[in-house]
Amino acid sequence: MLTSEDKIEIEERFPHYPTKRAVCIEALKVVQKRHGWVNDEAIADIAALLEMSSDDLDAIATFYNMIFRKPVGQHVILVCDSVSCWIMGYKRLREHLTEKLGITLGETTPDGKFTLLPNVCLGACDHAPVLMVDNDTHGDVTTEKIDALLDGYAKKDGV
Amino acid sequence: MERPLTENIHPGREPLDLRGYEQAGGYQALRKALKKMTPKQVEEEVSLSTLRGRGGAGFPTGKKWSCMPMGADAPRPKYLIHNADEMEPGTFKDRLLLEGNPHQAIEGTIIAAYAIQADVAYIFLRWAYKLPAERLTKAIAEAYAAGYLGENILGTGWSLQLYLHVSAGRYICGEETAMLNAMEGRRAIPRSKPPYPHESGLWGKPTVVDNTETLCNVPHIINNGWQWFTHMSPSADGTKLYGVSGHVKKPGLWELPMGTTIREILMDHAGGMQEGFKFRGVIPGGASTEFLVEEHLDVKMDYDSVEKAGSRLGTGTMIVLDDRTCPVGMVHNLEQFFARESCGWCTPCRDGLPWTARILQAIEEGEGQPKDLARLALQTKMLAPHHTFCALAPGAMEPLQSALKHFKGDFEKHISEKRCPWR
Repeated sequence: MLTSEDKIEIEERFPHYPTKRAVCIEALKVVQKRHGWVNDEAIADIAALLEMSSDDLDAIATFYNMIFRKPVGQHVILVCDSVSCWIMGYKRLREHLTEKLGITLGETTPDGKFTLLPNVCLGACDHAPVLMVDNDTHGDVTTEKIDALLDGYAKKDGV
Repeated sequence: MERPLTENIHPGREPLDLRGYEQAGGYQALRKALKKMTPKQVEEEVSLSTLRGRGGAGFPTGKKWSCMPMGADAPRPKYLIHNADEMEPGTFKDRLLLEGNPHQAIEGTIIAAYAIQADVAYIFLRWAYKLPAERLTKAIAEAYAAGYLGENILGTGWSLQLYLHVSAGRYICGEETAMLNAMEGRRAIPRSKPPYPHESGLWGKPTVVDNTETLCNVPHIINNGWQWFTHMSPSADGTKLYGVSGHVKKPGLWELPMGTTIREILMDHAGGMQEGFKFRGVIPGGASTEFLVEEHLDVKMDYDSVEKAGSRLGTGTMIVLDDRTCPVGMVHNLEQFFARESCGWCTPCRDGLPWTARILQAIEEGEGQPKDLARLALQTKMLAPHHTFCALAPGAMEPLQSALKHFKGDFEKHISEKRCPWR
């Protein structure tokens, strides 16, 4: 399941640390970057590469919330629900998003386009409320902004 | 007014590259430290400056460095971790420093590493900081190419490798011993102290963990001397990045003399409350600090003054509570955060925080019992410092116990009226 590219990218990190297992979180991220999430086969392959047991690695993979052990949609929307965003209108955004996408937090749209996840403080509180879509942080989010954002992704993906 | 940390930061613009940073005086402190000062002298300069850790705990930086074993007998390799895992809710200061001037953060890291004679340094960066990751990666490569990193730096014979380590989430990673486990590729569960990281840190070797803002101060202290640093503010501790979020006119971040009053930060810099909103209270230093209220507006935002007022300076980034926001709901939100982010290792935290959050939720939904206030007060005692493995749960109790004090009437009203008055 690990592609040769995955393997090269993981092994590039070996010289940074005195042990192979120190690379394991990076390795999980490398796989996730290319494949969207980390399946059991990838866990077994990474564990073998890093000379760990699969169970040991899975205990780590399930600890860190940005490692996805279940399939996610093409785009992952992370809505900040920490205190500053909560004060500045998180609830309204969550309601708008769940209504518009027809899913609740933790779910993926039936067309596989979007996964909606709650998230802790994204460190942009002067622009609360904040959300992230994939690698992009969006601040001062309004319901109108969400509509434009989702439409933008739909157009970009050619739907 | 001097703003050494943010002088060369212009949000919205590309940060200074290596050449621009050097032209602005960058890496002069590194040259001075490596060529004219011994590691001990660098540590002493920082000790005399009274610089305290800007990550929230406020431990004296020079003192932390002075604990590192030095000399030929010291265990090797030694490590420095630059803690850029900014995850305290309401905190967004290190993002600016990393995005706005990555070379300053790197120069501070190298000088600190020199002071403790580290062999390897890591920048532990939170996953959400994509732009800082990009800019740090570029700046680190530039610093290697310029000979500020790698073997035999500036011909001194001292070598340092610096690597960027990007995490995969979880608030607890910011706790320094949990960070050691995260770095080693384990679950980020705190370790018991002692041994402290300088005795047994990364892979059992001596390690120092310092926050981004702390390290960014270091080049300026070396360039200008400790006296300059102590003269910058009335509380003799340089400048501080202060932030404000909530219903104020201009939420934002400002570098001001350490010890600027809450009133000045809220009124003059954040522009006061938005129309239609009244000030009720403020959490002065991120989620895990105690509420301060109107009577505390003239409190100086420095370590000692905020502590005297009954809270903590923490990260110096304030969250404002207004009259249109329910204080019980706000505390519920905070406790839910801490319950979710508990690493699950010790029982009081793993079980106590969800219990606390459930009681608050019941009160918020109009199902609170008169006895719930005593139950919440009991939680703040059960989860007090030294009852748990690390500081997460005691930190979680700080906003709760102060809310029970300052907003007691609001809690009681929820229970007697069997509803949230704000809904």
